[in-house]
Amino acid sequence: MDIDSILRNGLQAAVGIDAIVFALAAIGLNVHFGYTGLLNFGQAAFVLVGAYGIGIGVLYFGLPLGVSLILGLVASVILALLLGIPTLRLRADYLAIVTIAAAEILRLVARANSFRDVSGGSDGLSGFAGSYNALNPFPVGDYGFGYLTFDERAFFNIVVGWSLVALSVLAVFLWMRSPWGRVLKAIREDEDAVRSLGKNVFSYKMQALVIGGVIGCLAGFVYSLSRSSVQPDNYGTAFTFFAYTVLLLGGAARVFGPVVGAMIFWLVISLTDTLLRQGVTNDIIPSYILDGPQVGQVRFMLVGLALMLLMIFRPQGIFGDKRELMLDAR
Amino acid sequence: MRDEPSGGGSRKAAATAALAGVAPEPGVAKPDPILVADSVVRRFGGLTAVDVAHLEIQRGAITALIGPNGAGKTTFFNLLTGFDQPDAGSWSFEGVPIQKLPAHRVARRGMVRTFQLTKALSRLTVLENMRLGASRQAGENLFTALIRPLWRGQEISITERADELLSRFKLDAKRGDFAGSLSGGQRKLLEMARALMSEPTMVMLDEPMAGVNPALTQSLLGHVKDLREQGMTVLFVEHDMDMVRDISDWVVVMAQGQIIAEGPPDSVMANSAVIDAYLGGHHDAPLEA
Amino acid sequence: MAPPLKFLLLAVILASTIMPTASASAAAFGATAATGGEVLNVRLRSEDRTPVGGVTVTVTAPDGTEVGQTETDDEGVATFDIPEPGPYSVEVDLETIPEELAGLSLAQNPRDTRVDPGTPRNLNLLLATDPGAVRETASGWSTVPQLFVSGLRFGLLIALAALGLSMIFGTTGLTNFAHGEFITVGAVVTYVFNNIAELPFLAAAAIGIIATAAYGWVNDAALWKPLRRRGTGLIAMMIVSIGLGIFIRYVVAFFLGTETFQFREYAIQAGIDFGPFSLKPADIIGMVLAVVVLVLAALSLLYTRIGKATRAVADNPALAAASGIDVDRVIRVVWVTGAGMAGLSGVLLGITQGVSWNLGAQLLLLIFAAVTLGGLGTAFGAVTGALIVGILIDVSTAQIPVGGITLGVPTELKYVGALVVLIVILLFRPQGILGRRERVG
Repeated sequence: MDIDSILRNGLQAAVGIDAIVFALAAIGLNVHFGYTGLLNFGQAAFVLVGAYGIGIGVLYFGLPLGVSLILGLVASVILALLLGIPTLRLRADYLAIVTIAAAEILRLVARANSFRDVSGGSDGLSGFAGSYNALNPFPVGDYGFGYLTFDERAFFNIVVGWSLVALSVLAVFLWMRSPWGRVLKAIREDEDAVRSLGKNVFSYKMQALVIGGVIGCLAGFVYSLSRSSVQPDNYGTAFTFFAYTVLLLGGAARVFGPVVGAMIFWLVISLTDTLLRQGVTNDIIPSYILDGPQVGQVRFMLVGLALMLLMIFRPQGIFGDKRELMLDAR
Repeated sequence: MRDEPSGGGSRKAAATAALAGVAPEPGVAKPDPILVADSVVRRFGGLTAVDVAHLEIQRGAITALIGPNGAGKTTFFNLLTGFDQPDAGSWSFEGVPIQKLPAHRVARRGMVRTFQLTKALSRLTVLENMRLGASRQAGENLFTALIRPLWRGQEISITERADELLSRFKLDAKRGDFAGSLSGGQRKLLEMARALMSEPTMVMLDEPMAGVNPALTQSLLGHVKDLREQGMTVLFVEHDMDMVRDISDWVVVMAQGQIIAEGPPDSVMANSAVIDAYLGGHHDAPLEA
Repeated sequence: MAPPLKFLLLAVILASTIMPTASASAAAFGATAATGGEVLNVRLRSEDRTPVGGVTVTVTAPDGTEVGQTETDDEGVATFDIPEPGPYSVEVDLETIPEELAGLSLAQNPRDTRVDPGTPRNLNLLLATDPGAVRETASGWSTVPQLFVSGLRFGLLIALAALGLSMIFGTTGLTNFAHGEFITVGAVVTYVFNNIAELPFLAAAAIGIIATAAYGWVNDAALWKPLRRRGTGLIAMMIVSIGLGIFIRYVVAFFLGTETFQFREYAIQAGIDFGPFSLKPADIIGMVLAVVVLVLAALSLLYTRIGKATRAVADNPALAAASGIDVDRVIRVVWVTGAGMAGLSGVLLGITQGVSWNLGAQLLLLIFAAVTLGGLGTAFGAVTGALIVGILIDVSTAQIPVGGITLGVPTELKYVGALVVLIVILLFRPQGILGRRERVG
């Protein structure tokens, strides 16, 4: 057992790109689900739109990176409007079914051979991050300390990513302490009551859907630019449910919940992965119990189990407030 | 500021006087109607839940809308407040037609409702519930919300008004608690107080006394009377006739979707059509001779 | 093969299945190559998507140096260790393809690709007679009857699962995201008893369906009933069902593996010709069986005590309870029969498309589409919706020439059509085709 590499992998995962991407996706979901009670099961679609917005903008339309970013943001706003207009007046589960269906539609279209020249089919797109990497101000070398040492490229990605997380967290904080945020939370509790007090519930839900979607789109930016590629199958339904697990782990309707949740989530995933993998490769775990491919499945089992148990026993997150739990007989 | 809501003030006399000359018959015209409804029909499949030919509600008075269970009172209420769409009909509030308005626009015009099943916003504090009720808040705009100085002053004055109302409704001790932790009666009080935050001209109460323990009932009744004293018009739904007699200036009776009688409380309760409706539809209904 | 490589290979295979809901993400979120350097997987398949092994593949760096040369294995996969990220060129030696595939070629050979840091690059190559053209699955009006019948068959199989999902929603309000796993369990248990315990297929199928019904019982008894008792909210329960679905799916994957299996007695059957269309005997039996079960379910909903009670609970649980109906018992029966019917659906689907760990998960959204289309919570709506979805999916792929252009959905996008219809329906008739407008207040 190589304790050193287990710890290094774990800590790097807790601050790495995956944690950033899922923190952003979950911050968006927090605005949707945590604060407004909107059941968006298609957060992957917003991330996909952000990732493909850059890829298609740069590669297909030949636009500069900055314009492609705006393209992605505009596309995510349009997606939110398209999803919201038919569903936000209906019962909550309709939004869930429509968003999950829309996310699958986008993924299937993105990976379709018929649109290969635009979105690259099942291979996705790559080689669009050149001008992003050129912006890297850090000279070649190692940055950080101890286990958290990164080369200049990884460090640049992490700095950009966490800056976006910080900005999003700040925006959510400012919004949620305001009367605007109060209306969202009230809608989550009972939208008819809010309507009876003269607030345009549909408009507020739409605003929440757009804002959460745009933050999800930022996750797509980080995801695609740091890998300098997009692959359609990264944006399956599993992405959204991972993000839900992250959100519930850290605690929904908490400003820092998604960030804490993402760090814990990837720390735990990385620790179990490396432990099991090392166990398998060093023959500590016999292969009749576990072999290579099965390690990946254990990860998903853990996520599924965590999602169930959190929702049943700690819907307010692992650091949540007992007081709220008492009320959670919704 | 009053400690205890008072009952029969000057407005009571005024309302009684204004309605004194009005004939006790269905669809009668009132001297100063604030709400006028015409030919309102709502069907569910083959069932006609509401079929109201004409109704006027007198400004500044407490009007009770009573009737046996299933008479269509709550459905009518939902229609008037924009929470349901009619199959036909029109109605106006302060002379403006509002039948096409969505619920929130009806509320903004000054006609605010409560619900039979209270809708306290459980995971908001009592104070936040109250603040939510205030209308025209600058901080409820997406962009100004981000900049606190733009809404801070208004928030402070809203909070002052909320605290005033909370102490009037004896909820000031619960100010920081989650609304979900309140008792059923306290929730009714909170819902009424929250509705008042929007400074309505007409308050629509859907069974305000349902599920409230008797000790709180008197206090609730007192608050309803108090609304009239402050110049508001009150329309409330109730199926228990006894509750109505004491506080209402005028009673409208619905049965099977139609208005079968209206008039001052005593004359309505002596009306044989009303007694038939209650006995026919609901044998257990409390009834006084 | 070393475990990490095996894992990667698996990821490649998963990433290229038709609708890999969660599977592909296993690759995306999976750990990267344990050792330094990058990995390039080349997967070679023939037109009918079968892997092509024993073919020499060469990877060349941009400067012309050869990075590696290897043969594809039985899975059609050739794996290369790549020294550093960057552009590479992949060439398949067409001289080495098996004789029966001689004459087939690739759209681009050599093919340029790019290897990124930290992620294995998975490259799918398809050998085809005319790789430049979009694959024509069918064309012209004459294909419509065949597509209609195969769509009808698919619709009937979905209907078996949709009916249970809709009744569970109707009686409990739960949108069960773990319903696809009933299908999977039915197929997998049948597979285990058929292939591993070597029971005759019918016996194995019976065990599979009973086991799924029992699993439905456990679902309600161990999870949903206690949650209902606690007063857990519907949204919370919905998320619990998502977790359950993921968990069960990967438990199945853990023990079964992630390949697609055929039942032991599976044999390729010749279709029986009915003129405008043809059907395999197994398909006919499956369709008849599905119709019989659906009719039985409909009759029992209409005429039996428990069926009437079920409809009463779906209509108004509080009123049903007040009139003396044992709501918990009704709900239990709905879970058990709903699961059993989905299990049957799994067995029938397993016959035609093989048994895999995500058989049900792949269909879940289509089942939702069917149920929403027909009207959430209505029994007959679910069946109608399923038939429409099934037929629509297949018939929409008919390539009909109109004027100078050809109308029709490419086969790879056929599910997209159904999902788009789902959204459009919600836009104009949210209560579904047979649902009632909801009463407010």
